[in-house]
Amino acid sequence: MHIQVSQLVKRYGSHVALDGASFEVPADVDCLVLLGASGSGKSTLLRVLGSLLTPDSGSIHINGTALGWTDEAMLRQRRGNGFVFQSFNLFPHLSAEENVALPLREVHDINARVALHQAHETLEKFGLAEHVKKRPAEMSGGQQQRVALARAIAPKPGLLLLDEPTSALDPVMTQEVLDLILRLAEDGQRTVLSTHEITFARKVADWVVFLDHGVVVESAPASQFFDQPGTDLARHFLESLTRYR
Amino acid sequence: MSPETKPRTLLAEVFWNLLLGLGMLLGIWFVFHAIKYNWHWESLWKWRWLILRGWGATVVVSALALIVSVPLGLLLMFGQRSRWIPVRLACRGCVELVRGTPLLVLLLIGYYGVANALGIAKPWLPGVCLLALFHSSYLSEIFRGAWESIGASQLEAARAVGFNQQQTWRFVIFPQAFRRALPGTAGQMVSLIKDSSLLSVIGVEELTQMVRAANAQAYTALEGFIPLAVLYILLTIPLSWWTRRIEERYKFET
Repeated sequence: MHIQVSQLVKRYGSHVALDGASFEVPADVDCLVLLGASGSGKSTLLRVLGSLLTPDSGSIHINGTALGWTDEAMLRQRRGNGFVFQSFNLFPHLSAEENVALPLREVHDINARVALHQAHETLEKFGLAEHVKKRPAEMSGGQQQRVALARAIAPKPGLLLLDEPTSALDPVMTQEVLDLILRLAEDGQRTVLSTHEITFARKVADWVVFLDHGVVVESAPASQFFDQPGTDLARHFLESLTRYR
Repeated sequence: MSPETKPRTLLAEVFWNLLLGLGMLLGIWFVFHAIKYNWHWESLWKWRWLILRGWGATVVVSALALIVSVPLGLLLMFGQRSRWIPVRLACRGCVELVRGTPLLVLLLIGYYGVANALGIAKPWLPGVCLLALFHSSYLSEIFRGAWESIGASQLEAARAVGFNQQQTWRFVIFPQAFRRALPGTAGQMVSLIKDSSLLSVIGVEELTQMVRAANAQAYTALEGFIPLAVLYILLTIPLSWWTRRIEERYKFET
């Protein structure tokens, strides 16, 4: 997917989360990874890319089409995307199958029987066959995040956006979730991922955008970024992440 | 709970209930023994239909006020969250004024003032309206608390799956807020039933009013007040029990 972002600015009150971020990703990239320290603007950039947040200024073109920022345009664009968040954000009053089936029914106009069938299919594919009737509180973090992934992927989104999907998980659960993401990426799912899992990023990324204080410091093919980072900032960041691994 | 512990806890519960019930009866017996009350149940018995008619009126008045107060509470809640300043201010002001005034005062002003000016002579209609208004302003705060307790991450999740505003309300906020508002709402409903006794001051012929009338006719006092308490409890306890059942049904961890 060809992504062109120019001069993106997003402020929260006096805090500037994105301070004129610009980069371009070539069309043959399927998996874009956003890297940077906490507070560098990764999450904000991911949310703006996915039409969850409106930027204060700047523009985004995806495959040559400019994203719109009216409520209707953002809703339409969001409906073509799938999201997974750090803290799962499942609906606590609904079972796993309803978490997946409800958006299929209500947003994507799929009839109830087919929606439930698709929900089961996706959950089974993610190793959750015996948990379909459970509510989120009855599942482990890893299981919840896999349900969240199923919810995001079931409507077959054009773009899957993952915001630090394993930051709230222990190493075993992290691996469960990363295995699934890798499988999706290998199947050609177009993905934008923000993460601190540097080894995983290296494995899955086609392209890396490295942010610092709301500015894009580097935008490069993954192999180039990891092997020969172009800036001291990126080199120090990579070193600090890999020191104890 | 494992199957082994279940009958044992049930037994313990029955035992403690019996013991506490016995203690309460002893307490009541002691009170009446100490005041050496001279009971005349037979003179009140003649007026039993009067009391039951009052009880019926209490049931009807409370039910009407309950039915009106829930939607009115919701309306006041949404009004307080409205983006139009006059609507917001009006609802906020209404809630604050009504909550800040004793129901007794509200009834006196509402009946002898407002209803009088509108030419409404029958006390039950303004009575029901004022009772409903009073409790709806409390309900609106209970509802608002429940509504606003649904966190930003849930709203973001709703947007992320592509829900529009109405779908977010219907599928995400309302079901979760409903569960959180239940205990407070149940308490408010019980209060409403008990507060209906105040309608006696504007001459609504409800239970309290009728018991006083019966007492006056029969030259009795406690003989009327004890059934009075029992008849209110007959309404409030089942209501509490029923709302607990609903709470259980909608239970989920967050």
